[in-house]
Amino acid sequence: MTTNVGAPANMTPAPPPSPVSGSPRAGSGGVRSLLVKITLLGLLDAVVVYALFVLVMAENWVWFALAAVALLAINWIYLSRRKLPGKYLTPGLIFLLLFQVFVVLYSGYIAFTNYGDGHNGTKEAAISAIVEKSLVRVEDSPAYAVTVVEQLGEFSLLVTDPDGVVSLGGNERPLEEVDDAELEGDRAVSVPGYTSLSLGDLLDNQRAITELSVPLTDDPNDGALRTADGSTAFLFRSTLVYDEGADTFLDTESGAVYSDNGEGEYATADGEALTPGWTINVGFENFARAFGDEDIRGPLVGVILWTFAFAGLSVLTTFALGLFLAIVFNHERMRGKKIYRVLMILPYAFPGFLSALVWAGMLNPSFGFVNQVLLGGAEINWLSDPVLAKISILLVNLWLGFPYMFLVCTGALQAIPSDVLEAATVDGARPWNVFRLIKLPLLMVSLAPLLISSFAFNFNNFNLIYMLTNGGPRDIDAPVNVGATDILITLVYKVAFGTSTGRDYGLASAFAILIFFVVATVSIIGFRRTKALEDIN
Amino acid sequence: MTVKTPRRSLLLAGAALAGGALVLSGCSASDGGGGESDTSTLTVWLDANRAEALGDVISDFEEENDVTVDVVQKDFPAIAGDFTQQAPTGKGPDVVIAPHDALGQLVTNGIVEPITLENPDDFQEVAIQAVSYEGQVYGVPVSIENVALIRNTDLDPNAHATFDELVSAGQALVGQNGVEYPVIIQAGDNNLGDPYHLYPIQTSFGAPVFGTDAEGAYNPEDLQMDNEGGKAFAAKLAEWGASGVLNPSLTGDIAIESFVGGKSPYMITGPWNLERIKEAGFGYSIEAIPSAGGQPSQPFVGVQGFFVSSYSENALLANKFVVDYMGSEEVQTAIFESGGRAPALKTAFEAAQSDPDAAAFGEVGANGAPQPSIPAMSVVWEDWGVTEGAIIDGSAGDPAAAWAAMAEGIRGKIAAG
Repeated sequence: MTTNVGAPANMTPAPPPSPVSGSPRAGSGGVRSLLVKITLLGLLDAVVVYALFVLVMAENWVWFALAAVALLAINWIYLSRRKLPGKYLTPGLIFLLLFQVFVVLYSGYIAFTNYGDGHNGTKEAAISAIVEKSLVRVEDSPAYAVTVVEQLGEFSLLVTDPDGVVSLGGNERPLEEVDDAELEGDRAVSVPGYTSLSLGDLLDNQRAITELSVPLTDDPNDGALRTADGSTAFLFRSTLVYDEGADTFLDTESGAVYSDNGEGEYATADGEALTPGWTINVGFENFARAFGDEDIRGPLVGVILWTFAFAGLSVLTTFALGLFLAIVFNHERMRGKKIYRVLMILPYAFPGFLSALVWAGMLNPSFGFVNQVLLGGAEINWLSDPVLAKISILLVNLWLGFPYMFLVCTGALQAIPSDVLEAATVDGARPWNVFRLIKLPLLMVSLAPLLISSFAFNFNNFNLIYMLTNGGPRDIDAPVNVGATDILITLVYKVAFGTSTGRDYGLASAFAILIFFVVATVSIIGFRRTKALEDIN
Repeated sequence: MTVKTPRRSLLLAGAALAGGALVLSGCSASDGGGGESDTSTLTVWLDANRAEALGDVISDFEEENDVTVDVVQKDFPAIAGDFTQQAPTGKGPDVVIAPHDALGQLVTNGIVEPITLENPDDFQEVAIQAVSYEGQVYGVPVSIENVALIRNTDLDPNAHATFDELVSAGQALVGQNGVEYPVIIQAGDNNLGDPYHLYPIQTSFGAPVFGTDAEGAYNPEDLQMDNEGGKAFAAKLAEWGASGVLNPSLTGDIAIESFVGGKSPYMITGPWNLERIKEAGFGYSIEAIPSAGGQPSQPFVGVQGFFVSSYSENALLANKFVVDYMGSEEVQTAIFESGGRAPALKTAFEAAQSDPDAAAFGEVGANGAPQPSIPAMSVVWEDWGVTEGAIIDGSAGDPAAAWAAMAEGIRGKIAAG
């Protein structure tokens, strides 16, 4: 934050003289920049206009309106002779909207839906999936040779049944025998008045053709012919019939009626639901579940406490070690500082998730380096005892995190003017007092914000937990899949992508929002506090 | 159209460029979208192994049907999950390869479409059962895999009739020729058990996960793990844990490393580790896992199959690709040759019998049980592994009680949905 102090001079838009600023009065340089501007703008317009066409085709009016307004605004800003601040701000603003605001709003929206396993599409998709699912190929039904034919844009199936009888039918038009079809071998390939579809035509109309359902007779219970490849059809019978008017499914075998139960699925009165369902808005239900569901609330308290303990202790231990080493290596009588410093930075140079994986191997009770080599063959269950696992996590995180603290502390220490320290020594202060009363407070001015962000980082330190223990060890008596070392973000991961209870993106998003509020609150309070520190300067 | 602010001829250049960009962006956008305008591109998700095996077949398909097949390589374990997420957005693939045990989840989410096989009898029965769900066939099975016992014949030339005999033979060998473990059964990370590898032993006590109905489909309401056999199995786990037969520190990597290093005469593993074992250079034999509890030991049989997305705009082409091509003997053999897993098509399976390893694994698998694909199964794994791990390392207390508590917990979760 403090580095911005020198910047403002560059930030204020310099008035006209600059040749690249696109000033209308400029000479030949102005023409070139105008050309560049028009080209870039033209490219952008082309892409967005294409996107607008796509959005119209998709009938996505909200996004169409937003994109159109954005396009107009951008052209207005850049074609105008003024709006200089706007020209600078617009690109950043667009990226902010796309990559920050949209993502945040979208997670917020998901938190209010039941998006998850069994509810991950639209209602139309659910209806067609249920219909598809309930279509059963009639056992022992023979294969019918078919040719897809077209008349006035409507597709029909020209069917040669196994006995050689040729008939024609379409959607909701039962098969009718035809006698003037042209045969090729024992398969009818065309019929007067209709155009037979070539392979290319078939491929261009795949959806329509695979959805063709040709009733065998007037009685729907006799079943219908459907083709999956355009050349062979089989007899299918449906066990579920969708009634569009009443918005219900009727089970033709048991007589059960499934209706929209308002929870994004079709269910009978006694609660038996059809899968799949669809995504609907559920209001605050996910948030209510996070606190109200006994299975989630129980472990949640423990997880929250451990998350705070983990984040807090991680910051404390890494900061203490980093600061200690920084002071030691900052001493002028220390030899070989550079080599030590390079060695010290190494853990920071490896990717964190990789280090965590390696540590997981090193902590293996019978084969790990720690037990085998360092402890002479001891069989300590580092990662499968709840307390030891927590200690292991803190130790590994200490190893991973102290180099960063060492770096920033070294930097901050070197920024403390030496005359201040000299004056203290001259006044007779002992080293401990110099550290406690002068160095530390001065360090904290610049380091406190970093400690807060380090806390926020560790609060969501998914890599370490996931790679080292995966949240385990789990208490075998606990009803839910939450382990002793799970922090909030790994809990969210297990809820969202967990294999044990199915995915629940809605609930996971609700958790993510709650985590955001916790981190935001802690950070705001922290930054307020650090302002007080700045008075020391 | 809003851009029309003509200013001299200077704009012409810009307009030309913009037009070019329009065309370009048109091309690129339709690639990924799979929209209506683009029906001659079939997007297929494959893992690296099968993408390589299918190279020729795919170019044949492209030529014969005058279409483009866009193969996207994916990490096999990630395919089902990514597919579930992407299909509803319309940006998913038309065809995927997936393990059959993900099928229940795919059907629940409504993203796979039933397919019609002209002759389901051409495939191994266990394979068709695996790709069926609630009476519908959803995919074309391509390969079958299961675990078996691999015996290092240099260390122990004799086969054993029961698991206890095997363990005592192994224990007798410990200490000689560098043998450290009587038998190797891999465990999960951090003291988790590995229910998949222990399952043949569990079934030999007569304790399958779920009971089956008349048609052989698993019934989620009939959890059978904690019957008398299950309790005996739990007691055995505790006993073997205490005596060091089962070692919770033997994770998958360490297990195969130790076996190829000659540290044990026996290992329970699948065809995926066969290459490593061949490289190790010792004599080996692939055989059925001896029964520990008196009843036949049945490993889980996993089937990999091709499925058609119900969001596919190219349903016809996708069906043709899956049914006519992936179900062909040529493809099934090609996939077998690249992965060593037994083919699901009977004729290809017969041909694969000339490979003694595949034949041996296939024989063990023929007596196996298809791994349940019902969504309820996903609830089972976690608790199952944790409890087995705790029983093996002795932290669970009374094994029978822990086992019963686990089964109760799983029942509760299944009931809660």
